[in-house]
Amino acid sequence: MNLINIIEEIEKVDSDVYERFSPRRKAMKSFFNMGSKIALAAIPLSLGSMFKKAYGQTPTGILDVLNFALTLEHLEYNFYLKGCAKVGIPAGCDSESIKTIRMDEAKHVKFLETVIKSLGGTPVKEAKYDFTAKGTFPDVFTNYATFLAVAQAFEDTGVRAYKGQAGNLISSNEVLTAALQIHSVEARHASHIRWMRQQMGVDVKPWITGKESGIGAAVQASYDGEELDTQAGILITNINGKDIPYEAATECFDEPLTKEQVVAIVTPFFA
Amino acid sequence: MNNLTKQEVQELPEESKGFLASRVQRRSFLKYAGMSAVGIALVAAGCKKDKQIEGVYLGSGDIGILNYAYALEQLEAAFYIQVVTSFYSGASDDEKIFLTDIRDHEIAHREFFKNALGGSAIPSLEVDFSTIDFTSRASVLGTAMAFEDLGVTAYDGAGYLFKSADYLLLAGKIVSVEARHAALIRELLSTNTFLGAEVDSNSVNISRSPAEVLSAAGKYIKTKINAGDLPTA
Repeated sequence: MNLINIIEEIEKVDSDVYERFSPRRKAMKSFFNMGSKIALAAIPLSLGSMFKKAYGQTPTGILDVLNFALTLEHLEYNFYLKGCAKVGIPAGCDSESIKTIRMDEAKHVKFLETVIKSLGGTPVKEAKYDFTAKGTFPDVFTNYATFLAVAQAFEDTGVRAYKGQAGNLISSNEVLTAALQIHSVEARHASHIRWMRQQMGVDVKPWITGKESGIGAAVQASYDGEELDTQAGILITNINGKDIPYEAATECFDEPLTKEQVVAIVTPFFA
Repeated sequence: MNNLTKQEVQELPEESKGFLASRVQRRSFLKYAGMSAVGIALVAAGCKKDKQIEGVYLGSGDIGILNYAYALEQLEAAFYIQVVTSFYSGASDDEKIFLTDIRDHEIAHREFFKNALGGSAIPSLEVDFSTIDFTSRASVLGTAMAFEDLGVTAYDGAGYLFKSADYLLLAGKIVSVEARHAALIRELLSTNTFLGAEVDSNSVNISRSPAEVLSAAGKYIKTKINAGDLPTA
């Protein structure tokens, strides 16, 4: 059970951890008694309330990451919400797919809000958005192709954003795992949006080739750095004499973005 | 004491299971009572001592997790190499391009882990694809879907086991590509299934423990794998 190690980790920096939990043994007991079959999604919540009871707070770094993630999920959800209402999304597969993604983002918002509250934090609220990005995408809600292009940039950026925060969550097994699990869903979205665009004749694949977006300079910051073909000092192109083209070498690893880079990318979308 | 795999726990006598199930409370109790938990650790270690001799040994700590990933990438690469060597009948041009790309990605992942692990790398595993009909689109794409979905849940379920943030990031760089593969393969099989049953009620991807993943992958791997010392927390 990961929990034991969390407490042991805490013990390294706070030798009184067991004492702290001690007066709340009832809370601890009810936590343990939930058993191993508990849904993973519920673990951060239980863990959160336990931390809160013991310390009265959660490490602020973790809450910062979660609120950063929530800020992006709010942005994505509102984008799909308005898009579904305004853009003429072709009926059938396209319409169903976008609805599925919109629902996912709504659930991510709810999930993150619940986790943040359970950790004793205050979830950030929705903002006011400008999905034309100050006029960069004037037809975002009138031209389906533009809508999908912006969707792709959001999803690919989201994947990079979560990836960039993983290291900041390494102290909390449960929150890290939850973040990785959302990260995978964002990657599935990105793949699917790219495939939808490819079906419309755009030159993109489900994976990111070099630093190409198939969109244009307006979103380049979301793709810069993806052209990397060296990982941990190991050149991937033609690695070990295998016939791995440069393109595949860049596709097979997705790259992270820092929080600052992501903020700079999404700022134009906030009114 | 946290090194026991699920399989090993299952092999323990009944009374030990109960003991393990309640070890959390006991642990706390021991702490309060000022006693040492070393005795428990020795008992647990004794249970798995003989297991390390059998099969390819993945190792412990971060190396163990990297070897675990290397094993899965070996499996995926071997599969796609065979797929691309002779495509199933009726493969579209798009499908051929996508599957060739995926083959290259998986070979790159495999070779990357091999080089990164260096002397700690496990040897090449022997695969068993006798249950796959490589001439059938449904069989090939169905297996591809299973492998990709499994890979995503494996990385998501093992990320927290890394001690090194650098290794965690490398795994993160790979898992999103596996998720991209999974979504595409699913879409080729059936529209609007890019998530399928792979997400839970919160729309987060499910995850699997190394024991669960290796159990599922075992059908396709002839070589016996010893994951007994992988970290569990």
